[in-house]
Amino acid sequence: MSELIHSEERAPPSLIRRLPQSRVALVGIGLVLFWVTLALFAPWLGLQPPNAQDYAAIAQPKPSAAHLLGTDPLGRDMLSRLIWGARTVLTVAPLAVLAAYLVGCTLGLLAGYYGGLVDAVISRLSDVILSFPVIVLYVILIANIGPSMLNIIVAVVLASAPGIGRIVRGLVLELKSQDFVAAALLRRETALYIMVVELLPNCRGPLITDFCLRLGYTTITIGILGFLGLGLPPPDPDWGGMVQQATAMITVWPHMALLPSAALCSLVLGFNLLADGLRELSLRE
Amino acid sequence: MTAPLLAIKDLRVEYRGAGGVVPAIMDVSLAIMPGESFGLVGESGCGKSTLAMAVMGHLGLAGRIARGEIVLEGQNLVRASEAELRRVRGRRVAMVYQEPGAALNPTMTVGRQLMEVPIAHQDASAVEARLLAARMLADVHMPDPDLVLGRYPHQLSGGQKQRVVIAMALLANPALLLLDEPTTGLDVTVEATVLDLVNELRGKYGTTLLYISHNLGVIAKVCDRVAVMYAGELVEEAPVGELFASPCHPYTRGLLACVPRIGQDKRTAAFVPIPGQVAPPSAHAAGCVFAPRCGQFRAGICDRAPIALHSAGEAHRVRCERWRELPPFERASAATAAVAARGGSPLLAVEHLCKSYEMASPIVSLFRHPLSVVANDDLSFVARRGNILALVGESGSGKSTFARILAGLQSASSGSLRLGEAELAMVPVSRRTAAQVAAIQMVFQHPESTLNPSHSVGWPIARALKKFAAARGRRAVDARVGALLEMVRLPSVIRFRKPRQLSGGQKQRIAIARAFAGNPELLLADEPVSALDVSVQAAIINLLLQIQLEQGTTMVFISHDLALVRHIADHVVVMYLGKVMEAGPADAIFAPPYHPYTEALLSAVPVPDPRVQQKRIRLEGEAPSPINLPKGCRFAGRCPRKLGEICEREAPPLRDAGAGHIIACHIPLEELRRVESVFATSESVVAQP
Repeated sequence: MSELIHSEERAPPSLIRRLPQSRVALVGIGLVLFWVTLALFAPWLGLQPPNAQDYAAIAQPKPSAAHLLGTDPLGRDMLSRLIWGARTVLTVAPLAVLAAYLVGCTLGLLAGYYGGLVDAVISRLSDVILSFPVIVLYVILIANIGPSMLNIIVAVVLASAPGIGRIVRGLVLELKSQDFVAAALLRRETALYIMVVELLPNCRGPLITDFCLRLGYTTITIGILGFLGLGLPPPDPDWGGMVQQATAMITVWPHMALLPSAALCSLVLGFNLLADGLRELSLRE
Repeated sequence: MTAPLLAIKDLRVEYRGAGGVVPAIMDVSLAIMPGESFGLVGESGCGKSTLAMAVMGHLGLAGRIARGEIVLEGQNLVRASEAELRRVRGRRVAMVYQEPGAALNPTMTVGRQLMEVPIAHQDASAVEARLLAARMLADVHMPDPDLVLGRYPHQLSGGQKQRVVIAMALLANPALLLLDEPTTGLDVTVEATVLDLVNELRGKYGTTLLYISHNLGVIAKVCDRVAVMYAGELVEEAPVGELFASPCHPYTRGLLACVPRIGQDKRTAAFVPIPGQVAPPSAHAAGCVFAPRCGQFRAGICDRAPIALHSAGEAHRVRCERWRELPPFERASAATAAVAARGGSPLLAVEHLCKSYEMASPIVSLFRHPLSVVANDDLSFVARRGNILALVGESGSGKSTFARILAGLQSASSGSLRLGEAELAMVPVSRRTAAQVAAIQMVFQHPESTLNPSHSVGWPIARALKKFAAARGRRAVDARVGALLEMVRLPSVIRFRKPRQLSGGQKQRIAIARAFAGNPELLLADEPVSALDVSVQAAIINLLLQIQLEQGTTMVFISHDLALVRHIADHVVVMYLGKVMEAGPADAIFAPPYHPYTEALLSAVPVPDPRVQQKRIRLEGEAPSPINLPKGCRFAGRCPRKLGEICEREAPPLRDAGAGHIIACHIPLEELRRVESVFATSESVVAQP
């Protein structure tokens, strides 16, 4: 089939520009953008301060005119806390994943390009980390280095970089036998140049998809850490922490746990649908 | 008149894709008589495989027969139900695909896969099926059929797998056997035996064949009648002798002018490439599909839709409005190319070069003696300035390993390789000086992997100019890139395109421009045209020859295609399993005395001229594994002229046949000289040098 398409006719536009072709990706983008917009404009939405307690509402925390989505057990406005919580998650998750990518790509490029001992050391270390159940790894790490934004990012890097490295390593192993790498060697290019300029750009297809998926996983992870009390220190809003504080009242005031859960769920769904859409588009090429 | 076994009428096949409906076959009508061998030739994208798939009813979800009918033994397959099709597929039509490896199930033994056929289609019992399978394997000349039945596909070689696939197809005793490029990807000596087998089985079983190939030489060997396809249309159809002797369609003539002819080389005749590239059926306007590339195009005649098939003889049809007016076909082209004088001072001297790979990891080798694979063994030859040295050999002969050592991508194990004064055998590219690196540049085999898909095609050329300091400053680099693109006949604006927007031939042109960016002394071309269509191949070879001459570059040309090597080489080195079998001036290599291996290779070359008689020398089996090599002559195991024990025990002496012609063989020169030329013709058309 591919041979029938004339090579000079048209260049397929890049993956990002073709996004509108996939309905799945559009839904994903929509969900993500919904939260990104709310988080961006949080200070100007006329919300109540997320940490301000309305003692009158504690007795009757259900949704009302004063609190559109009700309040939490301490009388803080749910709507405000949800949106400010989105701000937290949408800062920490992308930063953490980006940092993980920086480390993972470096390790993967080194292991794949050099092979031999370098590969053996990097791959075995990765295997050790990958053999831990992720949650256990996070709990051990955060419990030891203490909960803070930086430490969450460090934990995500440590847990995700081996997986990313493994993907990059596999792609590089395949790419480095291509003739254009030999051609670069015949121009006396340095190893660093070949890795970064010749090899890495050709990994982007699978990596873009993985990036979106990993954003979703990391969002869940941050939620779980918050739920376990290892998230951001209180009182700042954090979706996982909000669910945890509401568990005691879940039978009486279910909205307190359900709303942050739904928020988390929709954002993760957005990332996953976006990844699915991107994968579908890249296969359609 | 008997009814045709297969009749295809006004067939049109379309594919639905993301970009809408794309036609793959525009209009094909043909009839194949029982017992006939019908050839279908064309370049990639012309729709020949789609035609086979349409006959098999395997067009998939995207494909659709839009018009026409396919009648097999009176039954119209286009209107047949899936159940009827399944019956036809199993019993009346069978197919042999290009990739024998993909046609066999790797998890089942060969025997079980073969036995399935009689069990499913002839209600045979397991015992009967096993007997039938073993007998069929014996018929396809498989050594030890009973042993092979218990083997898995990965334990067989490529040629053996293709024999199994042919056996499987014939077990159903089909009336029609479709062969889609069954020998592409096999070595030439193996190809020759498979083609012999096809011819032999055809006589034995009376099977009708539809043989699809891009190789005119193969078609000339196995077919009675040939149809030429171009861009989804059948453009010419004729009996095989007539098609090769007096082709009527400009495309058929173009194809024949693109392939090397026996007895000619670059000094006596140049290739005449077809301009442009194969266009998809969807791209063409009204009128003749070949019009954009045709030298005989006349407005008002050729662009009026549609062109009908005209009768140009009893069984000769041609889809050209102007076939009567075309000049008579000349087989020997009048065009000649200027070539450099042979001889000259040596530029590259290779002496006793060896390369072996250790098979085991360092830990394993502590416990037992490691196995080593010898890829290059004691290579010695010289490449002279301004000349073309060709390395020929089948897969596993070590020619690509040598190329990588020469380029510095690998290091030799021992021996010497000197470029001018510099010793480079064990100097990897990272330790060579800038001048040494620039001096040896390479054109690679696969156009798909030669350019980085992430960068524009002008980028590697500009980068090479900067790295080799061949141009300084953005202006100068830009101008030089433009000049290099012009040298390879590409428009300057192409530099901004991405590789996927280019055709295979254009990519190879870019690769050539990149290689010449640093003004190399030596161009290393590793099978530069083997992945290209025939008409594009000729253009690239002409281009390489011309640039090589203009720049006075020395070229090391690596190829498995002897006909092509005959055309372009000044000196030839024939390799087998890492060893030089024969080396010398091209004229001497292609005439007696031959090394027995060279003789067998030449006799296996598919010649696109049915009048040429080739001596029939066939090699048994395939090249052995390079791990346990015989002590004596590497070729002893397959040599048809083996003298006896001495060949296996002792390394053959290098016999000097004069004028730098060396033959490594135990057979005395006088005896080798007595051999006749491999090629002879029924007419005195072909003169051997």
